[in-house]
Amino acid sequence: MTGVWITIFAVALASAAIKAAGPVLVGGRDLPPRAVAVIALLAPALLAALVVTETLGEDGHLVLDERSVGVAVAGVALALRVPVLVAVALAAATTALVRTLV
Amino acid sequence: MANDPGERDEERAGGEGTAGDANPYLAGARAGVPFALATLVLGISFGVLTRSLGWGIVAPVVFSTIALSGSAQFAAAAVLGAGGGAPTAIVAAILLNARFGPMGVAVAPYLKGGPLRRALEGQAVVDASWALASRGGGRFDREFMIGATLPQTAAWIGGTVTGVLGEGLIGDPEQLGLDVVFPAFFLALLAGELTSNRAVIVASVAATLALVLVPFTPPGVPVITACAAALIGLGRQS
Repeated sequence: MTGVWITIFAVALASAAIKAAGPVLVGGRDLPPRAVAVIALLAPALLAALVVTETLGEDGHLVLDERSVGVAVAGVALALRVPVLVAVALAAATTALVRTLV
Repeated sequence: MANDPGERDEERAGGEGTAGDANPYLAGARAGVPFALATLVLGISFGVLTRSLGWGIVAPVVFSTIALSGSAQFAAAAVLGAGGGAPTAIVAAILLNARFGPMGVAVAPYLKGGPLRRALEGQAVVDASWALASRGGGRFDREFMIGATLPQTAAWIGGTVTGVLGEGLIGDPEQLGLDVVFPAFFLALLAGELTSNRAVIVASVAATLALVLVPFTPPGVPVITACAAALIGLGRQS
């Protein structure tokens, strides 16, 4: 249990420090234009990476499973201009359905 | 273009004194609610998981309250649960949270106050809130981000409490397909970010990088490495 508590406090401290670093070091200064150009592209990069790792990654492997079907359905729904909440609900329902069937 | 305080002040002044959506904190909180629902389910799973690992009731709740980071906490618990040591668990969690470094730099110019207050406001950086508060061109809506983080924080802690106390009462969230809620939401946010050819290229490169790295690197490394795709922004504007 000591290991658990050490982990808890170390992770909390590290997490707070990582999140505080940028705001404290940069302060209220405007970032140079070149940095802004990179930051403007950080959101698409991060979101694309999160989508593929959370859809296809599983314990250090790439797998094509029920999650891929659900997220693909969400993609089609979004392309058809379906509201976001409906698209997400469709994704979860599809994944649940495929899991029951397979 | 990068940071236009005048324009933001104008927006804020326009929002004062009126109720509802005009309050950016409230608007952010409202936008954060769907994510909070998904976070609630994740929090419950985290509580159930850690309880089953023999962490008791207090430790998981303390963890969620002071660390406030879903994926990193799951990773740390997974390492310890598999018999790994505290150092391995801590490194795994840090790798997963490393992405908040560049994300914090991105919002820094929009936060307020001295170093201590900025450090505190920086804690509001979580994936969904940060992406929801992104206004394009590297601009961020501080109030919207903080507002969006509040319901998610409450849901994460509340979910953990529910999970540790209700162990056995709650079924498998995966059976309900809830594990695709986050990737599906992130896909929707991504679609909103793909406003230029350059953004599409960056997203494709990032996705490819992450996929290639998944089999060879510990969790967290693919995502933080994929962020490097944004360096394409250093090239000449097309």
